[in-house]
Amino acid sequence: MLRFVLTRALSLGLSLVVASLVIFAMIEVIPGDPASFMLGLNAQPETVAALRKELGLDGSLPARYLGWVGGMITGDFGLSYTYRVPVSELVMERLQVSLPLALFALCLSTLIAIPVGLVAAARRGNPADYAIMGATQLGIAVPNFWFAMLLVMVFAVQLRWFSAGGFPGWDAGVWPAMKALTLPAVALALPQASILARVMRSSLLDVLHQDYMRTARAKGLSVAQATRRHALRNALIPVLTIIGLQFSFLLAGAIIIENVFFLPGLGRLIFQAITQRDLVVVESVVMLLVFAVILVTFLVDVAYALVDPRLRRRR
Amino acid sequence: MTRLPAQLWIGAVLSTVLLSAALLSFLWTPHDVTTLTISAKLRAPSTEYLLGTDHFGRDLLSMLMEGGRISIAVAVLAVGIGMVIGVPLGLMAAANRGGWLDEVIMRGNDLIFAFPSLVIAILITATFGPSATNAIIAIGIFNIPVFARVARGGALTIWTQEFIMAARVAGKGKARISAEHILPNIANLLIVQGTIQFSLGILAEAGLSYVGLGAQPPTASWGRMLADAQTMIYSHPRLAIAPGLAIVAMVLGLNLMGDGLRDLLDPRIRRARI
Repeated sequence: MLRFVLTRALSLGLSLVVASLVIFAMIEVIPGDPASFMLGLNAQPETVAALRKELGLDGSLPARYLGWVGGMITGDFGLSYTYRVPVSELVMERLQVSLPLALFALCLSTLIAIPVGLVAAARRGNPADYAIMGATQLGIAVPNFWFAMLLVMVFAVQLRWFSAGGFPGWDAGVWPAMKALTLPAVALALPQASILARVMRSSLLDVLHQDYMRTARAKGLSVAQATRRHALRNALIPVLTIIGLQFSFLLAGAIIIENVFFLPGLGRLIFQAITQRDLVVVESVVMLLVFAVILVTFLVDVAYALVDPRLRRRR
Repeated sequence: MTRLPAQLWIGAVLSTVLLSAALLSFLWTPHDVTTLTISAKLRAPSTEYLLGTDHFGRDLLSMLMEGGRISIAVAVLAVGIGMVIGVPLGLMAAANRGGWLDEVIMRGNDLIFAFPSLVIAILITATFGPSATNAIIAIGIFNIPVFARVARGGALTIWTQEFIMAARVAGKGKARISAEHILPNIANLLIVQGTIQFSLGILAEAGLSYVGLGAQPPTASWGRMLADAQTMIYSHPRLAIAPGLAIVAMVLGLNLMGDGLRDLLDPRIRRARI
């Protein structure tokens, strides 16, 4: 087990190094001079020189790269050029929106998908199964940002149950804040729930035909008892993996949804930074998101190996 | 001849209709969408404008037909990039199974998989500027590991078969066997995966264009049309519904077709399909 964790940790570290190199190259090397890129065509040479100095652009490329990575490890993400505040502060502030949103969406999608997948598997081949499978096909095909627009049209414009966007902040109270996150979370959860329900159904169908299920029935357990005690637990393993992967997807994938609802999350921060050419923010926030995704994948792998010893041996 | 699965039919019809409409737009559209007729702006659907007009007086149906062109082209070219680069990599990995080349290719794959695709696509378009071409590259890069993996997996099972052994005895090299014997035998798998990546590409293009990082105005694409419609969902929700439905129909059609093809081409999973 230790060996497994160590190899996975090594590949985690390697992924992070490559990721940071790619991001550094994309932001600081390929566009040419970042300072003139940030300030635009009409900038005074003195301003460009001042910014070059502030960003430390006069150093060599390896020195700049090491400075950036070293800063991130010690929690120094640089200073935002447009906001004039440390990037770490901006990120902490925006995470208060993005993280609860991702968790909210994940809970919704899990709570919908598991029972729905269970019903479809139990009613396999019946109208209920066909209806559920049809609905999930549709759920996968709907772009989540378009679904978000439809939700706004119905629940904000027509029924006026929710506001069309914006975020009151957690200071306004938990209820108004959660209310503002509800439509975005639903929009994010729908395609995820569709995928998850299909995984749940097929994994349960796989398990139901296993020999140990026949043994359980032969012992005298009813179908419901055998499903609850033996099938469900085994069927949930692949479902849990997908849930783990979906969480990282939700964190990064909320970018577009945050734009539909004008939520001040990490996604909007990246977009604003791109339009304002605030490269310091873009570079660090992108790296942070990549880090989060790679870390979650690593944790899922390790958790999976803990549950299922067979996976500890390398593929 | 076995009966074609129903979903294959439905999927094929849906995607063919949309594809034909997009192709037809090269020759003919109900109205010209390059000229703006402000006097005809925001018309409700009528016999002249079947789906009505937008805020510049452009016919919505004509725009949908032209918009489909870009959306479909971006997705198809991105699949092309994925196949052209990914399949040879996968074949090489399989031919050198367990060797260092296999290891390098597969670890490289894992690495691309680990990146959040949307964030990287945004980074690419942010660095090189937003355009349809950069959207194709951004989406295409993430198709490479998918095809490499599918090609490798498929090729590995073919390599163990006897006719490959015969080819080796006949003195054919790894590259030639891969091209002449392995590739035709994994074509099924690649077509099915291609259909699925095609549908994912439509969704990705829509997302990128929607946030302004894909096709630039005046070029219409389905995602671009949704972005334009966003500001008017209070007064004219019609404008946001039509392009969205086009995306859903195309993606649904392709997904159904992919599932149907998989059932048809792979008898093993015909019984236990997802």
